Amino acid sequence: MAPVQVRTQEFPRASSRALANGRVQQALTNVMGHFDHAREAAIQELTPEVWERYRERGREIKRHAMEYLDFYLELLSERVEANGGKVHFARTAQEATQIVLEIAKALGVKVAVKGKSMLSEEMGLNHALEEQGIAPVETDLGEYIIQLAQEPPFHILAPAMHKTKEEVGELFAAKLGLGGLQQIPDMAAAARKTLRERFLQADMGITGVNFAVAETGTVVIVTNEGNGRMCTSLPRVHVALMGMEKVVPALEDLSVMLRLLPRAATGQRITSYVTLVSGPRQPGDEDGPEEFHLVIVDAGRTRLLADPELREALYCIRCGACLNTCPVYRKVGGHAYGWVYPGPIGSVITPVMVGLPRARDLPFASSLCGACREVCPLKINIPLMLVSLRRRLMEGAPGERGVSWGQRLLVRLWSRVVASEGSLRRARRLAAVFQRPFLRRRVVRWIPFPPFSRWTRNRDMPGLARRSFHELWDRDLKTTGRSKRP
Amino acid sequence: MKVSLFVTCLVDQLFPEVGESVVKLLRRVGIEVEFPREQTCCGQPALNSGFMAHAKPLARRWLDLFEESQYVVVPSGSCAAMLKVSVPEMFRQEAGLYERAQALAGRTYELSQFLVNVLRVQDLGARFPGKVTYHPSCHLLRELGAATEAQTLIRGVRGIQFVPLDNPDRCCGFGGTFSVKYPSLSGAILEEKLRAIEATGADVVVACDSGCLMHIAGGMRRRGMKVEAMHLAQILAQTAPAEGAPAEPKDGAGAG
Repeated sequence: MAPVQVRTQEFPRASSRALANGRVQQALTNVMGHFDHAREAAIQELTPEVWERYRERGREIKRHAMEYLDFYLELLSERVEANGGKVHFARTAQEATQIVLEIAKALGVKVAVKGKSMLSEEMGLNHALEEQGIAPVETDLGEYIIQLAQEPPFHILAPAMHKTKEEVGELFAAKLGLGGLQQIPDMAAAARKTLRERFLQADMGITGVNFAVAETGTVVIVTNEGNGRMCTSLPRVHVALMGMEKVVPALEDLSVMLRLLPRAATGQRITSYVTLVSGPRQPGDEDGPEEFHLVIVDAGRTRLLADPELREALYCIRCGACLNTCPVYRKVGGHAYGWVYPGPIGSVITPVMVGLPRARDLPFASSLCGACREVCPLKINIPLMLVSLRRRLMEGAPGERGVSWGQRLLVRLWSRVVASEGSLRRARRLAAVFQRPFLRRRVVRWIPFPPFSRWTRNRDMPGLARRSFHELWDRDLKTTGRSKRP
Repeated sequence: MKVSLFVTCLVDQLFPEVGESVVKLLRRVGIEVEFPREQTCCGQPALNSGFMAHAKPLARRWLDLFEESQYVVVPSGSCAAMLKVSVPEMFRQEAGLYERAQALAGRTYELSQFLVNVLRVQDLGARFPGKVTYHPSCHLLRELGAATEAQTLIRGVRGIQFVPLDNPDRCCGFGGTFSVKYPSLSGAILEEKLRAIEATGADVVVACDSGCLMHIAGGMRRRGMKVEAMHLAQILAQTAPAEGAPAEPKDGAGAG
């Protein structure tokens, strides 16, 4: 697979392509509703009041952890090393990749099994491993499928949700030589068998980290397939990759986070597997790796930390609820966004990670309906952040700006018009003349000038009313003014 | 009690009959209504497009024009959210202005919230013979937390048949400038809303925001749907002939 490419500039075209792609639309229609209902049902079961209390506590934990991030990362690092693990800090995704490659080379690793990790997608790790002659094998079934298909994840939780079972069948036939599979359980069984061999061959297990507990030096991995636990226990060495925002102070904080994540993500009370890893195998342990490495990665996260308007984006626990509820994601899916993190939270994180001008279309890919904020287990105010990014694009430092002169002209013009009632009245007279050739029974069906043409492409547009409300007021309403009752 | 009407630019220019209905129904319950003539726009389109420098003078203008008002009533959840939530936030760093904006925001209400939560009326003596459904606009629902007010008022209307909408809280895809920045995406989101409206079999879809109504009506017309889009105020303003003045014929096509 190619290294992670930034295609954020293509959002306008990519989103249109996704809208026209029947298979993508079918997949989105089939899957998205389930996530939404499952989350809603889990919250109802817990009761919305209790859910709200957990959300508040979760926010407080995250707020505190981010406030004292340096302290908790140091504590985490100390405790991991005290448990016999090795800690590495990486400033960039490239540095993180380099660290993993060096560990692999030192041990002569040939095959590395991987648990699901979005951070490794940021790093383009699979590609880097392949270049060094190391075979990375994704072991989450969805990730395994898209690795075979050589595609990026479509959804941060369900990376292959856009693939039909027929497509997966063809993929297994073409890439694994396993023809004739038609039923999903058969495909899962075939993948399990193939992966089992790979688990036994692998010298290295690479996983992500959902949470890292500072006080005990423990990394926590939640999965539903058990593949995470195989990755952490079978190979000789386990490398855990974590974004630096994943740290929580204490084990009791975990009890809050582990209630929030699965409910928001899949509507589960708890995932099938919750794996807590505190270092390598200790004397007397029955299994576990000989070596344990924790790679703590910045890769743009300190920029978020230093940004008072965007800092809360670091509260994100990657549950995917905002994707599942977002009217835009539900229509275009994950690939259109052009980088690792799609959906509303992606439209906040990606511009900071890849550079705002390159991702300038993403903050605008939202109707600001607020559904994301409503479902976010950490109550991240995503719409407000999108508006903040829009402001930087329009009014920010020259390096951040990404606005066309056309937009600038339009807003200047509009500003003049609404600056006073008089100018509005004059502009209205002008517009009334201008609209006349396009009016049919008080409605405009087609008009060639943007931005109006972009409306009439698929919707009718009302014409100006015969009289403005100002005129109605002066003529009819002002004089009847007094209330009927004293 | 005296109310200052902030009619919103969309109603002023495109749907004045909505403003007329607001005046009519407020006066019917004995409220004195004034209309500060200098008003234009709250500035939300500029703020949400990222042009803070263009939005601020308009927010300032609103503050200066309405500061003496006892209550400000706005027939739009989105514009009311701008005035109540975003405007004070815009002035957070400016001592004096922030307090003024907050104080005025506290006296500013979206129409349905004003009727139900301030005036405590649920029955405005309205009569509307027809089958209606209701689309809760996003900002009214999520920024202002108005989950029940409009439906309470609709249920209080005589002769009305209310049919709930499927997935009511899904956005209609309008989103202000979003609708022209990403027309096909906005239209695709709208499509689902239209299907839900169609499935209710209602004659009228009601909302509290002329922006959403304009979008929904524009889509319905293009599709040839025979459903009408009306602002809540237009429904509430209609009375039975016996109860007051002779019922007027409906004003054109409402928001459509």
